[in-house]
Formats: sequence, C-alpha cells, structure tokens
Amino acid sequence: MQKRAYFGLYIVIAVLAILPFVLPNSFYVDLAIRMAINAIIVLGLNLLIGFAGQISLGHAGFLGIGAYASAVLPTHFGWHPVVAMLAGAVATGLLAAIVARPIFKLKGNYLAMATLGLGIIINIALRNEATYTGGPDGMPVPVFELFGISLSSDKDWYWVVAAVLVFSVWASLNLIDSPFGRALRALHGSEVASKVVGVDVVRYKVAIFVMSAVFASLMGSVTAHYVGFVTPNLADFFHSIELMTMVVIGGMASVYGSLIGAVLLTALPQALATFEGWETVVFGVILMVCMIFLPKGLVPTLAAKFGKGE
Amino acid sequence: MALLDVTNLSIHFGGVKAVQDVSFSIDAGIVYAVIGPNGAGKTTLFNLITGVYKPTHGEIRLDGESIGGKSPDELARRGVARTFQNLQICMNMSAIENVMVGAHLRLDRNLLKAALRFPSITRRDAELRAEALELMRFVGLDKFADSRADAMPYGALKRLEIARALAMKPRLIFLDEPAAGLNPKETIEVDELVRKVADSGITVVLVEHDMKMVMNLSDRILVLDYGKKLAEGTGEEVRRNPDVIAAYLGGHA
Repeated sequence: MQKRAYFGLYIVIAVLAILPFVLPNSFYVDLAIRMAINAIIVLGLNLLIGFAGQISLGHAGFLGIGAYASAVLPTHFGWHPVVAMLAGAVATGLLAAIVARPIFKLKGNYLAMATLGLGIIINIALRNEATYTGGPDGMPVPVFELFGISLSSDKDWYWVVAAVLVFSVWASLNLIDSPFGRALRALHGSEVASKVVGVDVVRYKVAIFVMSAVFASLMGSVTAHYVGFVTPNLADFFHSIELMTMVVIGGMASVYGSLIGAVLLTALPQALATFEGWETVVFGVILMVCMIFLPKGLVPTLAAKFGKGE
Repeated sequence: MALLDVTNLSIHFGGVKAVQDVSFSIDAGIVYAVIGPNGAGKTTLFNLITGVYKPTHGEIRLDGESIGGKSPDELARRGVARTFQNLQICMNMSAIENVMVGAHLRLDRNLLKAALRFPSITRRDAELRAEALELMRFVGLDKFADSRADAMPYGALKRLEIARALAMKPRLIFLDEPAAGLNPKETIEVDELVRKVADSGITVVLVEHDMKMVMNLSDRILVLDYGKKLAEGTGEEVRRNPDVIAAYLGGHA
C-alpha cells in the first residue's frame, strides 16, 4: 500500500500549488484556507477515530482553547502570539491527558461521553468569562507576527496553511505505517490481541487522543489569527459534530478521506446557500444518502470500487 | 527447574469456580497439552496464565518469578505468547502487518520519530517486513503475503495468529485450539507446524480437542474436568487413567 499512498501526497502538493493561481477571487481563497484548516484538524481526528477506533465528541472544545489562548493571552497579558499559541497547545495537551487517562482504564467507549461533557464545559466557560473572552460576542485577535513579519494577507495565510497541511498529510502517512501506527490500528482491530503482543493499550489511546487534541488546539490558534476574531461558536458542540461528520463522510481510517471530507463539508454550506433556509435540511439529506450508499465513507468506498486500495 | 510452575491456581466468577486448585509444572522445551471436556476450564486456565484474568488464589511462576496477576503486556515482555480459540486477527490490517504487530516490543515505538519518518524507523521496518515474510513462509502462508486479513480463509487466519505469536520471539507459546474448525488436511498441517515450532526451541502449551493430534504431539498432558485437575502425565499414562476414561465416556469409575 505504501508507494501508492505517498503518490497521493504529490497530488495534494500539486493541487495546493496550482490553486491560488486559478481561484477567481479572494472569496475562494478564503474558502480554500478554511478547507485546509479543517482538513488538518480532521486528519488528527481521523487518527483517533478511524485508526485507533476511539470517539471524541468534544474536539471543538480543544479548538476553542487554542483559539482563545491566541486571543486572550496577547490581548490581556501582552504575550507573544507564538508563545500564546504554544501555551494553548500545552494546556490542551495536559487537559486531554488528565481526562483521558482514567477514562481509558474503564472498559467500553466512555470517551465519547467524557469529551462531550468536556467540550460543553469549555464552551460555557468561554461564554461566561466575559471579562477576558468578551462572552458570547467574542473578541478580536491581534495580528500574528514572527520576526517582524506579520501575516495579514489571505495569500500569505494560504501558503502557510498549505504548507502545514502538506506536512500533516506526510506525517500522518508516516505514522500509520510505523510501529506506533500499527499498534494503534491493532488495538482497534483486536484489543486483546494487541495486549498479548505487548501493546500498552491505555498509553497508546492516551497518546493519540492528546495528539489529536493538540492538533485541534494549534489549528484553533491559526483560525483565530487568520479570521482576526473569535466567538464561542468555534468551540460549540455542533462544530465538534461537524468535524466528526467530516471524518465519517470522507472515510474512517483514510488519510485522503479526511481531506475530501473536510473539503466537501466546508464547501457544502456555501453551495447550499441558494436554498435559503432549507440548507440544513438539504445538508441532512446529503449526509443520510452518503451514509446509506457509502457507509465506509467516500474515499474507501471509491477506492474499493476501483480496486486500488488507499 | 521448570519453566512454568503453577501452584493451587483458582479463579471464581461469582459462585462459579471455573478453575480450582490446579497445580502443574512445565519443563522448558516440551509440548504440554491441556485437555478436558467442554467447559472444563482450559481456556480460562490459559487466560489466567497469560494475564487476561487475574487469579483468585494461587501462584504462577515463570522461571522462578511470580507472574500471577501481571498484565498481558508485562507477560509479553517476559516472552509469553498466545493464540486465541475465537480468532483475534486485526481485520483492519493486512496479513503481513498482523505478523509485524507481533514484533511490537522489539521495535522503536516513538511517535515523533515515526511521524517524521526517521531513517532508523524505516530501515528497521524494512527488515521486519522481511522477517515477517519469513515467518509467513514458516507457517505456510507465503501466498497471502500481500493479502488483506479480512480476505483470508479461516484456516489461514488460524496460522496467521501463530505467525504473529512467533514474531514476538517467545520462550513459551500458548495455542488455544489451533486445529478447531479445520478440515483433516489442514489439521495435519497444523500438527506439523506445532511440531516445527517446538523443534525451534519454543515451549508449547496446547489446548486441543483433536485427540490424535494431542497424543501425537504432546510430551505431557494435563486433564481438566469441572475446573479441577483430573490427571497429569504422559499420553500413555493419561490414556489408561480410569478417571480420565470416566470423564470422557461418562462411566462410573
């Protein structure tokens, strides 16, 4: 599977390189950036859900922590944006580890419930701490700058996000096809079998959960700086569900599926805007049809159909 | 000294005494079979020794070290491997990857190094792939080298589990009904395979219902009935034991 899997990476690079030159206006560049940001989060989430078989319903909460770290710390405490971003990521990682460790020691899928609760708590905290966060109205985020260069134009952001996306795809492919990745997939395939060959199941689940949470936090920071404004909606339950839907529609345990899922579901609301008020219904119908006819997700189903595998 | 020493081992599930006061010891390098009627506690005994269950009473010693109640991954570190009666193959992976997972503890499992594709990781993985292929050849599955696990027939999956266990380079391997569900030809092949495994110096503990296979392979046999030790000895001794005959044929000895 390996050589073929990396071939897809070149396609991703080519598409990302050509895209800014063919996109007609800044609206599409903005859309492309948001697709890419979502794709990076979904890649991390798919490692957790698709490869390791664990469900998180609170990833938007982690995204929120990153976004608000980048908004609050520089604004109120004068932190450098890079330090703020890293602080958000570290805080998210610690929180994820503290929550995950006891939960993974239980038998059964309690992570879904715990992350659901955690996401809601984070969202409430962001809404209520109005002195720092601006409450439900949100707050502006300072411009991101590093070594005197500030990132402000959409084109600049595009290249940064595109580079991070390429790196993420590459790193995901590497991870899956490594001793770590095989252990992760093995504990999904058969937990008892992975235990008897020596996999410390709890450690691996915690590691991948923390990693995907940190990914989400970092991308939350990027979103905050890029948009220039944060609201608690970034961290709400529906956003978590949206991210999970991207994983499922694109294809569980499929790197390129993550990309396709993120691209489609980011674009779909725009495309459906013409339905005025009915877009949620149409959105729902499309999801249902996908789940009925493509239960494994788009990329794995199509790959199986054309006999290629990923 | 025996490689494995089990003393007064018991486990109770509520009121059910699945294994009661069982003692035996296994010398290094032999094939040891555990037999008994259905529900006698054979698989439970395996689960106790391989760390899947924790014993209620009793002691298990591997090479003199007490291992009772240790987790499966701690036992794996000490060279204990096993296969499962109900297949435990990772269907989301390819056949050869299933074998490669067996070598988990012998590899560099660092997340960062893996994500950044350190040359040391890819080099070791390439070696491991060759090693896994060799193991698949050893168990007679070379033609499935490129297969997905979920595309393989049942009999092949049974042997894939053995290959995965061998990839651990174990000292002691527990085979839980390796011939269950196989046709006579496949049973003979597994019989030969178990012999080859034993000849390679690995101590084999076997649960099996196929008596021909058990008598043919085993150096010593432990007979369980209703969770208790009924008899122990060589094939000939066990075969002549009146208690064993009664348990199997249901007579009043």
